[in-house]
Amino acid sequence: MSNLTVLPILLPLVAGIIVAFIHKKTTLTRNLSKVFAVVNFLIVGWVFLHVKNQGTLVLEMGSWEAPFGIVLVGDLLAMTLVLTTNIIAVACVFFAPQSLTEKEESFYFYTFFFMLISGVSGAFLTGDLFNLFVFFEVLLMASYGLIVLGNGKAQLRESIKYVLINLFSSMLFVTTIAFLYSVVGTVNMAQAAQRVQEVEQQGVLTTIAILFFFVFATKAAVFPLYYWLPRPYISPNPVVSALFGALLTKVGVYSILRTFTLIFNHEVGLTHSLFIYLAALTMIFGVIGAISTNNIKLIVAYNIIPAVGFMLMGIGIFTEVSISGTIYYLVHDMIIKGVLFLLVGATAYVAGTSDLRKMSGLIHHYPVLGWLFFLASLVLAGIPPFSGFIGKLQLIRGGLGEEEIMIVLVALLSSLLILFSMIRIFIRGYWGDKIEIPVPEREKKGKKMALPAAALLTLSVLLGVGAEWFFPTIQSISQYIMDPEIYIDSVLKE
Amino acid sequence: MELIMAVLGGILFTTGVYNLLQKQLLRIIIGTALISHGAHLFILTMGELKTGAPPVLTEGVENYTDPLPQALILTSIVISFGVTSLLLVLAYRAAKINGTDNMEELRGTDYE
Repeated sequence: MSNLTVLPILLPLVAGIIVAFIHKKTTLTRNLSKVFAVVNFLIVGWVFLHVKNQGTLVLEMGSWEAPFGIVLVGDLLAMTLVLTTNIIAVACVFFAPQSLTEKEESFYFYTFFFMLISGVSGAFLTGDLFNLFVFFEVLLMASYGLIVLGNGKAQLRESIKYVLINLFSSMLFVTTIAFLYSVVGTVNMAQAAQRVQEVEQQGVLTTIAILFFFVFATKAAVFPLYYWLPRPYISPNPVVSALFGALLTKVGVYSILRTFTLIFNHEVGLTHSLFIYLAALTMIFGVIGAISTNNIKLIVAYNIIPAVGFMLMGIGIFTEVSISGTIYYLVHDMIIKGVLFLLVGATAYVAGTSDLRKMSGLIHHYPVLGWLFFLASLVLAGIPPFSGFIGKLQLIRGGLGEEEIMIVLVALLSSLLILFSMIRIFIRGYWGDKIEIPVPEREKKGKKMALPAAALLTLSVLLGVGAEWFFPTIQSISQYIMDPEIYIDSVLKE
Repeated sequence: MELIMAVLGGILFTTGVYNLLQKQLLRIIIGTALISHGAHLFILTMGELKTGAPPVLTEGVENYTDPLPQALILTSIVISFGVTSLLLVLAYRAAKINGTDNMEELRGTDYE
């Protein structure tokens, strides 16, 4: 039964290999990919329910006992994130044929796509630090393929920066794992947690913890290390931007959450209070970026950064309430960033430009797209009935509980500025004088693009309106996360 | 021995970072290669450089070197090899299409 844990990694991997062989038959590949993505989503949903009812699944690869082999740990947190990943994958696979050219599709788009999903799921599920590095590389290699797909001038330029920063941080990751191995003598997360606990994280272990934080913060775009993110994220195709914005930084956030709740949770006064300051700076600089530009894609890309700040704030405050806020916000943000990148991609496609100054009155031609965008902006900013609200509420409750007034004020102010930056797109782009549609031949495709985004947005609204259905699960995850003993015991079986 | 290796790793990292901060694209790639060499040497060093037989089971040998770091390095080498080859092709295409390999000139604001 514990073999179920490997399915979220294995199924997309196999799907990616199969579609690589038939990449020239575009229609077949496209339809087959849709089937694969939906089937994968259903199976992962079933595994999720199984984990929810039966408890954590631990798979010891090759029957080697826990600290000696690689373990895959399918706990509720990992399975929730894998399920969210697959929901986004389904929306993106239905969006892809509309926004990609046939040539791009036949050039292994779906293979890279499935490899990315496989890598992200693997990073969520693994219980081994070096294996986490390998899954990071799997998803990064797939993302390198996706980011240059199309071979545009700006794409090539930005992808070099993207590859370089990721290569550097990967090498730092390997070095940090080497340091940790020399101190605790293991790369298994549970055993490392146990050994760090025995010496209560003294001396050099805190340094290693900060090094780990730097590595994951580079992937997650936390304040001093976010400069690489916005431009590479907007240069590829909208569907690729949606995948990146929804999944890649969140893997970094998840890794911070996992390592700093499981392994390095003893020097809270030093590490976690550092997180609070960095979270505040991340929010401030992110929203400054978002309100400083007139490029609609860039506005959404900059909005990733304050969201990471919100999640880091929850980890920094480090109480059960704030961690539940982080997890809720993580799930909400994965979905809403997918929606926003898809919608903004569709808007830029039908307007023929991504410059806000050149568009106006789009709502007369595309009312559905416009109102979807309006709704998505409200969800992102955290207006009460929607999903952004509950996550932020929990985070702010956690902050007030620990009397961290500064971060609470910064969070509230940046929410306001996030709303401002998004509504600016709506007011300037969709309202205003009715002008001729710039590129009329794109009208039909543009309307088709709204459908996958609308489906995702429905889910996002449901996540907020039906919070009572989801919240108990999130709360039990945060209880589980705050007690690392359960994780260690379930992996090492003592 | 570990001290010498640590200094060597440090030198590799320093020269790597120096090369990363250059303007010419190829120098930057050489910098990443140097950094990955440094990282791999660090893994080897961190597993402690005790003298012992190669980690292959042979009769009559009691003392082996640590096999785990070697497996980690092997994995890391092929990964960085893959990324470096991708980066070289990418640099080739970018230099050809943008007409320059100078990172200062590779910036711009022309997005659709």
